[in-house]
Amino acid sequence: MLTETAPHFRQPLLKTPFHERQREYSQLDSYVPWAGYSTFDVFTNVEQEYFSVRNASSLYDLTPMVKYRVSGPDALRFLNRLVTRDMGKLSPGKVAYTVWCDDAGKIIDDGTVFCLAANDYRVCTAERQLDWFEASAIGYDVEIREITEEVAALAVQGPISAKLLRGVGIAGIERLKPFEHGEFSMPRAGGGPTVTLMVSRTGFTGDLGYELWMQPQDAEAVWDALMEFGRTRAVRPIGSKALNMVRIEAGFILPKVDFVSAAHTLYLGTERSPIELGLSWLIDYKKGHFTGRRALLQEVARGPRRQLVGLDIEGTKPAYNALLYTEASGRREAGSVTSAIWSPTCKRNLALAMVDAPFIATGSTLWAEVYLNRELVWERRMVRARVVDRPFFAPARRRTTPPADF
Amino acid sequence: MSTGTANRYDAIVVGAGHNGLVNACYLARAGLKVLVLERNSYIGGAAVSRSLYEGFTYSNCSYVCSLLRTEIIRGLELPSHGLQIIPYEGGVTMMRDGGHLAVYDNHDAMRREIARHSRRDAEAYDRYVRDMLRHCRFIKPLLLREPPDPTSFRPRDLQELLFLGKHFHKLGEERMYDTMRFFTMSCADMLEEYFESEIVKAHLSGSSIIGTALGPRSPGSAYVLLHHYMGSIDGAVGAWGFARGGMGAITQALSKSLQASGGTVRASAPVEQILIRGGRAQGVVLEGGEEVYAPVVVSNLDVKRTFLKTVAPEHLPPEFVEQVRRFKIRGSSGKLNIALDGLPHFPSIPQGSPSTRGDMHITDTLEMVERAYDDWKEGRWSREPYVDMLIPTQIDPTMAPDGKHYMSVFVQYCPYKLADGEWTPEKRQAFGNTVIDAIARHSPDFKKLILHAEIRTPKDIENEVGLTEGNIFQGELTFDQLLFNRPVPGYAQYRAPVRGMYMCGSSTHPGGGVMGAPGANSANAILRDLGRLQ
Amino acid sequence: MNATYDAIVVGGGHNGLVCATFLARGGKRVLVLEAADHVGGAAATREFAPGFRVSACAHLLHLMPPGLVQELGLEKHGLKLAARSLPTVALDEAGAHLSYEPGNLEGLARTSPKDAAALSDWYAFLQRASRALHPVLSATPPRLGTDAWRDRLKLLSIGFGIRRLGRKDMRELLRIGAMPVHDLLEERFESPLLKGALALDAVLGTNLGPRSPGTLVSLLYRAAASQGSEVLSLPEGGLGALSDALARAATSAGVEVRTGAPVARILVREDRVCGVALASGEQVSAATVVSNADPKTTFLALLGAEHLDAGFTRRVTQVRTRGFTAKLHLALDRLPQFSGLAEAALRGRLLVAPSSDYIERAYNHAKYGEFSEQPMLEVTIPTLADPALAPSGKHVMSVIVQYAPYAVKGGWEVQREPFTERILATLGRYAPQLRAAVSATQLLTPPDIEREFRINGGHWHHAELTLDQFMMVRPVPGAAQYQTPVPGLYLCGAGCHPGGGVMGLAGRNAARQVIREAA
Repeated sequence: MLTETAPHFRQPLLKTPFHERQREYSQLDSYVPWAGYSTFDVFTNVEQEYFSVRNASSLYDLTPMVKYRVSGPDALRFLNRLVTRDMGKLSPGKVAYTVWCDDAGKIIDDGTVFCLAANDYRVCTAERQLDWFEASAIGYDVEIREITEEVAALAVQGPISAKLLRGVGIAGIERLKPFEHGEFSMPRAGGGPTVTLMVSRTGFTGDLGYELWMQPQDAEAVWDALMEFGRTRAVRPIGSKALNMVRIEAGFILPKVDFVSAAHTLYLGTERSPIELGLSWLIDYKKGHFTGRRALLQEVARGPRRQLVGLDIEGTKPAYNALLYTEASGRREAGSVTSAIWSPTCKRNLALAMVDAPFIATGSTLWAEVYLNRELVWERRMVRARVVDRPFFAPARRRTTPPADF
Repeated sequence: MSTGTANRYDAIVVGAGHNGLVNACYLARAGLKVLVLERNSYIGGAAVSRSLYEGFTYSNCSYVCSLLRTEIIRGLELPSHGLQIIPYEGGVTMMRDGGHLAVYDNHDAMRREIARHSRRDAEAYDRYVRDMLRHCRFIKPLLLREPPDPTSFRPRDLQELLFLGKHFHKLGEERMYDTMRFFTMSCADMLEEYFESEIVKAHLSGSSIIGTALGPRSPGSAYVLLHHYMGSIDGAVGAWGFARGGMGAITQALSKSLQASGGTVRASAPVEQILIRGGRAQGVVLEGGEEVYAPVVVSNLDVKRTFLKTVAPEHLPPEFVEQVRRFKIRGSSGKLNIALDGLPHFPSIPQGSPSTRGDMHITDTLEMVERAYDDWKEGRWSREPYVDMLIPTQIDPTMAPDGKHYMSVFVQYCPYKLADGEWTPEKRQAFGNTVIDAIARHSPDFKKLILHAEIRTPKDIENEVGLTEGNIFQGELTFDQLLFNRPVPGYAQYRAPVRGMYMCGSSTHPGGGVMGAPGANSANAILRDLGRLQ
Repeated sequence: MNATYDAIVVGGGHNGLVCATFLARGGKRVLVLEAADHVGGAAATREFAPGFRVSACAHLLHLMPPGLVQELGLEKHGLKLAARSLPTVALDEAGAHLSYEPGNLEGLARTSPKDAAALSDWYAFLQRASRALHPVLSATPPRLGTDAWRDRLKLLSIGFGIRRLGRKDMRELLRIGAMPVHDLLEERFESPLLKGALALDAVLGTNLGPRSPGTLVSLLYRAAASQGSEVLSLPEGGLGALSDALARAATSAGVEVRTGAPVARILVREDRVCGVALASGEQVSAATVVSNADPKTTFLALLGAEHLDAGFTRRVTQVRTRGFTAKLHLALDRLPQFSGLAEAALRGRLLVAPSSDYIERAYNHAKYGEFSEQPMLEVTIPTLADPALAPSGKHVMSVIVQYAPYAVKGGWEVQREPFTERILATLGRYAPQLRAAVSATQLLTPPDIEREFRINGGHWHHAELTLDQFMMVRPVPGAAQYQTPVPGLYLCGAGCHPGGGVMGLAGRNAARQVIREAA
């Protein structure tokens, strides 16, 4: 269902089914485009939104996430040849995070695969993938259909998320384990047929959380119920800026920020392999052939040239886009920062950085070049940056089943 | 022989086209006393703005700008001499069934527009654009360089060959193969590797045939397409734009820049012969007998006109003359310039769409474009021609009276020689009518709005601008006429076989379009020979 | 029975047999598996009407380098030529035919001395150029952009080979290499008939017309393959007899040849080829499998995309493999008369391609999925030199026809008859009584060739032979050096460098590559 209100030359960005409801909470009218939709980057202020994730619960509109239905007799074989993980291990009701690569073993995109039934999957991706999926489907009896506009999606993330969902009448949610999904129903306010939703215990925050998948026409009813129950319990809609903070704390990577899809690179050597992004654990070399496998095996044999690592940086100033050096003198470069924040929960100055091979070991010390703006007088500083383990923030509650109420 | 200094210069440039002027500008900036001689009463060659109908200004030959190298615009300070380039806002191909494919600069709008025709193509388009940008990034650094002679062992040639080799090697294995394939492919085969929708392929194929005696199914046409993509406006690669005030604004700015550096331009000064004595260029003889002297003579004319008409054959090696004769300059394009009483209505384009403020087309399948080429091969103009149609006055307020519009219609294909004999005024009119009828099929009020129409066949373009066969590139852009083969193997480095004589037109590397690179490269070669290169 | 072999060659076409022979000579135990009940692939002699036999696809032997024929000892293995150095006769509707052969231009010199001189110049140039180009065809193409000394050395040696031609020839080669054949002909020749004949040689087996850039390369290619002088020959017993000789050469080298054994799958274990499964279900194991099948059949049908990367697979699907050439066989009750042509001249290769423009017009149709209204034809009457191909006193006419697009509008079921009629009508303009002599016809369209010879798309060269599908990009990057992304799997068919025609170089180059890698 296309929520197109004006010709696309006048309104290139679509609005999600949650858009009007979100506008009521937006004090700033601040939008960013995401995958062809207009989305909110901040509603009130970033810190408040951030703390709703770490303290209570939050709603984040996931609808622009690109979704595909992959089905047909060869759906499993197709996916197994496409992605790096073994999809044979994914049974109905389960979700897996994975990446897929080009022939050279460089990442094209990451995403989640939902197994709905045997040979019936939903694949959620950050960017549109039809061109690559079609190429990958040559020789397979599989149907790939984009369903982005047919499914509205909302992330409910934070320690009281289970309580929130129970509070709106979604019964049995507490039994859902991490990376499981299931069909649930929610009573409609004022009666009427119950709302059917698919809920998965997945998320991009590293905290307890769920993702709700529903028909677009049910979007407002779900939103209203959640906000009604959550209003007095510190639940807030959050924008992409707050989400970016929590995903860095959780150590998750973002395309176009931490890596550029190999489908888009113009320069040579800017594409990244899963090994370089620290995602070796996602690669199953034993499952049989998949695109990029031979190249990745060569990379393993050769050893990585660089890797994405977590940094803990001296001081409180986030090291946005900082170049990294081996010494404070700044003579020899050793990589650069891709994402950076001051973490209000960890009270640490955190960053993700692509670092040259000799310096990727936990405990290595590097120097980051940061610029301080003191009333428009800029100062350049070299600050110590230590390679540390990721994730930076990983509370036990994200995995506990059944989850506590807070 | 006069001994005064009035008719003595350090360099004479024959022809005040954009390349001649660029060349002269660089020479003048290096301190040479430069004279540019132009046959016509106006300067600019094919980059001109002319008023042929009361109140209207026509870009009556070349009509769009984007290829002009940024290095040249900056280096010659053209903006301070009045040049402004304004980007297109869209583009469109209208379909015979009333549909259309629009082009928008917004990525999401573009994706959704293509998705109306094919969802797959909408996403394949990103891969297409990426690959075109990759090819552009490969070719661009080669434009402002002198092509090496692969048969030579001179250090400079070896050095340039090595540069070429390294530049190619830098692509990495996979992209080297892609590049090899791309440069030898047909546009149609290339597009079929990305797209399934006919209208998408038809729209994109247009650039592969403009000015070219090839069809979209001819191998090598993919390169021609790239040639048109190599431009950029303010860093937006492949973007097209209008020169404010018409294409003459470019050559006027060049002329002012030249004069600011002490150079001179003389219009209505047709050169009859290049003076050669003792195997050296000495100057030129104008029609009427006036002689002007300079130790450096640069020809902006195409290579056939230069060596077959303005240099006496005894000064040239016979095999060189033979190669010049073989050089292919084929007239394949016509042009209509139309003064309109108002903006024509195109029912297939939605109201308010920016797509009319750019290039408009009416060939909606590859087959239609290819069949247009078949007509050319048979020595007749295309019965259903490819047109590249623009109404610049929607953006540029300087070219027509308020409320009225100027339309530029570039037509492919129109032969220089007709199978049924010479061009006549009647045939010219019939050609014009074919084009006007074709456009009118997409615009019911178009014909009623026409106040004046200038119809130009390749023959007219040759007669007026001097381009052999009216070919807009001064020679086909096929691989046998590119790089070290352009215009003649062994003479691709801007130097004629006569000492002191040089070439700077589009017949030389990297070829045509209002790019200026041949003029700049040629100036470089001259200054190097004079030992004046900083 | 499940003996193990060092190498299995899938497909007993001429390249497969050549490859197998060289592998066996290199000490390998080799099995050739051929789907049909006789070897030879498209180099075959078939009975198309009771008592009438004909070379079913290719009908002349002209590209196999003399060096290779000798190396294989084909004469020892029974190859006999029924005729050699066939002249070419460019037919003229008015009877002013033009005849020439590379070694003898005297006849041409009498009618058009300027063209004879120009042609002699051209042949001399080809002869010189082929010294630089033949080594390119007879070696594995180098990979680009690697740091391997072998690749770099090869590139350098190609460069040196071209430089050794001298400045003049080198410049000419670099200029014309990618040119439309039409332009070259306009530069050098006068007679439309001669230009038509040379243009036919350049576009035969392609989906291009004489005005298409890149067509000249076919002429260079033909000269380079045949080591400078292309001699047209008819093997006694048709091209199938060549295949028989090749098979005997293979067997005598120790190769085991099994016919009637179609391969269904190439088997892979732990990302290595381990053998093949036959359609019968039988499995044969070997650590090396060399496929003589075309690249699409090899990768998509026999191997399967699941063993390949998606980008590579996409490239394979993009290889242009659709044929545009058909074959017409006529059983004749008597020798036809061609107006103005002596009977002796009928032994030559007769061409219906009266001008380059004629061919270009024939090609126009192909661009839109139509067969040529007036097709160009290459005609031989093999029974003149080899009477055993037909019942006594009767004759066979073998006609290569262009253009006949694989996916003709309306479908070949509907177009078969009208097209046959067009060809007969075209021939009838030169041999008015021909039709009355015809007792049987057989038209092989590209889909027929696809079915008959198991070539995807029915393309004689397995893949269009154009510059963008040449050398290190043939058939696709990643498989252009005969090895494929799957260890142990190699290609040796016409879809690889240097391409098609009954030439055998792909087979020999592939065998050398296999042996080199095993070492």
